Amino acid sequence: MDIETPRAHHDMGGVPKFMCEPVDLEPHALTDFDREVDAIRGLLGAKEVMSVDELRRGIEAIPEDQYSKLSYYRRWIRSIADNMLRKGVFTEDELRAALGEP
Amino acid sequence: MFPAGAAVRVKNDWPEARGPVHIRTPHYVRGQKGTIVRHLGDFPNPEDLAFARPAADCRLYHVAFPMEAVWDGNGAPDELLIELYGHWLEPA
Repeated sequence: MDIETPRAHHDMGGVPKFMCEPVDLEPHALTDFDREVDAIRGLLGAKEVMSVDELRRGIEAIPEDQYSKLSYYRRWIRSIADNMLRKGVFTEDELRAALGEP
Repeated sequence: MFPAGAAVRVKNDWPEARGPVHIRTPHYVRGQKGTIVRHLGDFPNPEDLAFARPAADCRLYHVAFPMEAVWDGNGAPDELLIELYGHWLEPA
């Protein structure tokens, strides 16, 4: 396989640098944060504010260095926040204020 | 519409090199020859849904590929079965 192809970083199936890493097959307990993010995603879908396809696009747009460090649901909330900002559901200032940032 | 058994080739196209996209065709099948197994139904194009654009229905197929062709001689005699949208396929 040509590894010089311009694949996107999330498109990692069969990429040699990941082949020798053991796969973690243990189940993971969901945190309250994980459940809350999942619930927000469900509400945004039910109210037709954001589709799962938009969620995925937003996840794939996270730069590679951050993508590899974020947990599964932290990628989700990052994408959800990006989508809400793009759609004008809230502004960056409103998001900062809600997060208690200056 | 491709019938079951039709020989197809996945387009060797790399839209991710041209700008922001969302595509469901993994990098490792681009340019590969496969066989249509079945038509799974028609679904709104996720490449447009991902940007909240109007999305036309697209044919979705199960396409089989010989493992050894996809993975440089490894995986025989197994096959890879994957879901691909019709606009990524051309007759082979």
